[in-house]
Amino acid sequence: MDSRKDYRAPLSQQPLTIEKPTDLTAIGGTITVEINEKKVVVPLGTTILDACKMAGISIPTLCHHEDLCIAGVCRICVVEVEGMRTLQASCAFPITAPIKIKTSTPMVRKARRHIIDLMLSEHYGECYSCVRNGNCELQNLAKEYGVDGYTFGHVDKPRYEIDRSSYAVIRDMSKCILCKRCVRTCIDLQEVGVLESIGRGDMTHISTFLEKPLSDVICINCGQCINRCPTAALRANDPSDEIWRAIDDPKKHVVIQTAPSPRAAICEEFGMEAGTSLTQELNTALKRIGFDKVFDTNFTADLTIIEEGTELIIRLYKALVGKDASVSLPQFTSCSPGWVKYLEHYYPEYLDNLSSAKSPQQMFGSLIKTFYAQKNGVNPEDIVSVALMPCSAKKFECNRPEMADSGYKDVDYGLTTREMAKMIKEAGINLPEMPKSHFDDPFGEASGAGLIFGATGGVMEAAIRTIVEFITGAKAEDIFANANVVDVRGFDGIKYMEIPLGDKFGPVPGLIAHLVPNWDWLKGATLKVAVAHGTANAKKVMDDIKAGGKFSECHFIEFMACPGGCLGGGGQPIPTTPEIRMKRAQAIYAEDESLELRKSHENPHITKIYEEFLTEGPCSHLSHKLLHTHYVKRGKYII
Amino acid sequence: MLILEKNAMTEEIEKLVEKYGPERSSLLPILQDIQRDHKSIPDFAQQEVARLLDIHPVEVFSVISFYAFLNTEAKGKFIVRLCRTITCDIKGKERIAQAIERELGITFGETTKDNKYTLEYANCLGMCDQGPAMLINDIVYANLTPEKAVKILKGVK
Ligand code: SF4
Ligand code: SF4
Ligand code: SF4
Ligand code: FES
Ligand code: FES
Repeated sequence: MDSRKDYRAPLSQQPLTIEKPTDLTAIGGTITVEINEKKVVVPLGTTILDACKMAGISIPTLCHHEDLCIAGVCRICVVEVEGMRTLQASCAFPITAPIKIKTSTPMVRKARRHIIDLMLSEHYGECYSCVRNGNCELQNLAKEYGVDGYTFGHVDKPRYEIDRSSYAVIRDMSKCILCKRCVRTCIDLQEVGVLESIGRGDMTHISTFLEKPLSDVICINCGQCINRCPTAALRANDPSDEIWRAIDDPKKHVVIQTAPSPRAAICEEFGMEAGTSLTQELNTALKRIGFDKVFDTNFTADLTIIEEGTELIIRLYKALVGKDASVSLPQFTSCSPGWVKYLEHYYPEYLDNLSSAKSPQQMFGSLIKTFYAQKNGVNPEDIVSVALMPCSAKKFECNRPEMADSGYKDVDYGLTTREMAKMIKEAGINLPEMPKSHFDDPFGEASGAGLIFGATGGVMEAAIRTIVEFITGAKAEDIFANANVVDVRGFDGIKYMEIPLGDKFGPVPGLIAHLVPNWDWLKGATLKVAVAHGTANAKKVMDDIKAGGKFSECHFIEFMACPGGCLGGGGQPIPTTPEIRMKRAQAIYAEDESLELRKSHENPHITKIYEEFLTEGPCSHLSHKLLHTHYVKRGKYII
Repeated sequence: MLILEKNAMTEEIEKLVEKYGPERSSLLPILQDIQRDHKSIPDFAQQEVARLLDIHPVEVFSVISFYAFLNTEAKGKFIVRLCRTITCDIKGKERIAQAIERELGITFGETTKDNKYTLEYANCLGMCDQGPAMLINDIVYANLTPEKAVKILKGVK
């Protein structure tokens, strides 16, 4: 090693000597490192960041996110490693030797402070007029490291024009700190591939293909990038000002429907532990804010199950009995507008597989301005229909030009969980302290099946509960313990399940009796279903279908654009991490289990709407007019 | 782009992908070939490269935007790049620049009306000992004087 002097390479490029573990059995096992003079035993390959976490030492991070691959680009997480000349990025340093780490030396503190100062020198934004005020990772770091001035100056003009073209996502690149989380989200996590860094050096910025506005590229509006952006560079297109205006207008009848996932997550915006459902508190708060009626989207989730389930039965009947080769199977769910747009761009040749049933949000939209308006004697023109959703793609969905089957824009505004929390706070309401109250009639409460739509596998579970009862005439409880279809639950990226239908069938329920004569044609058949969440997993399933693999033999597949399903949606509170998603899911499943009514077809309000309004039954002419839709072949090419 | 042109482009890129292999790592050589033959990498070509390498068009665009010698918009037949880095600067780059601008009637960043010349700056060309230096397409000219530069420009075909 003495020959080191002879190297021509500069010191920084000379080989390092790190002590190797003497006990080789340690390889693949655990290793003892010293962090701030404390000994910690960690599995080999653990990053310094994780090791510090285990030791209860906090290290600031910016580019690091639990859902994403390691990038190591921001350097805020630097620490000192004994024997190494330069500071090391702890998030990107796997431990392979018994190293000694120091996390708070003068050099570390100074480096971190400089990094923050450098970011601020190019960061255009004023915290008090910023949506992320109070929940911004850059702001938090500036506070934590006592930034009280701009060491390296500060830009006084925005460098980029704000891109407001998209219904869902607003891009304000002057606030971007180039952590590339959005790039990794869009390319790796979601595999959509809209955002990348463009240019070089100080001209680098995050942009789209040919620097087109977001509305002109293949963005599916999932908002996952918003959820992972540490600053306000990416944010949702917030309609709350328009909604306030409608509420303040005495002529307007403002109604809101609330989806299951926001209720399981909005508590986080009020400083509560993740996983506390505030459904009924939210009802009261919304009334106090000034909404005239508060409806439960789960009602149309139940309706979706009836319509989509009937559609599946019709498809199967046509394919199996009618030997109709034009029927497209497997049938895909269509409630996730991010997924729908993904399919339209990436697999437009499979649009016929997509259920024609609208999403619960849009079904509700057309019912409110028809059925509800008639029943309550309100002029649909005066109705302003708001949807509280965990989702930014819902903002795009309600603006699709075909979503006007009621004769008006079916849903006027899609509002996210974050924006709702902001409105509630603005009204001076502390949500957790609200008394409880029920949803409004004529839609009333809904079933637990509608509720679990919020979690990945939920639509499938709800459909199975209904379809299995329809066909076998048995109770779902007798087939699945407690009617819980656990095989489609959980966060595995892709889930697959087979349900043998046996040969004991019940009579065809009255609701669909005019569509199929009996169930004999399903004798000995096995229903094959699958569930995929996150478009990256959807892509795997689609490629398998294209190649004629096992998923091409499925009958019904649930797809959700967001990881974890709606509960992990792009409109949900920030941060959203694997652990938080799990807690939200627990809240949803616990609430389902606490309900009496847990099957869509047993919902008395559903029975009633088919008796009173959609009298020709599911998938009939009127239901097709109001509750079903069509899709657009978009393709991937941008001209 | 006309359908016919598109088809020809697709065929050309398919050949390139065959030549370099359908891996991500083939991206740069493929782009360089397209750039050499077309003087730019059109939008359609970017999307075709992405499709054939199974990556996203924005990734192709990102790479092109990173490299100064790759560009998305068509440029002149001859791209003249004058070195503006310190040695050439000291050795009189400014006078060369003025001479070229006067000769071509355009300023840096522009293309002549007949699409023959595009004028740009480049950073160090590695010819510091023989500066000032310039590059015309991929040929380097060193030890320039204003007169010599003008003569070279007139001579390129
Ligand atoms: S992004 Fe963060 S640091 Fe920047 S203005 Fe907004 S709150 Fe402040
Ligand atoms: S909304 Fe989704 S698809 Fe669009 S840029 Fe963000 S992550 Fe990508
Ligand atoms: S837009 Fe946000 S997530 Fe993307 S690089 Fe900039 S700061 Fe990071
Ligand atoms: S968090 Fe480690 S480099 Fe960014
Ligand atoms: S400075 Fe001009 S070639 Fe190096």
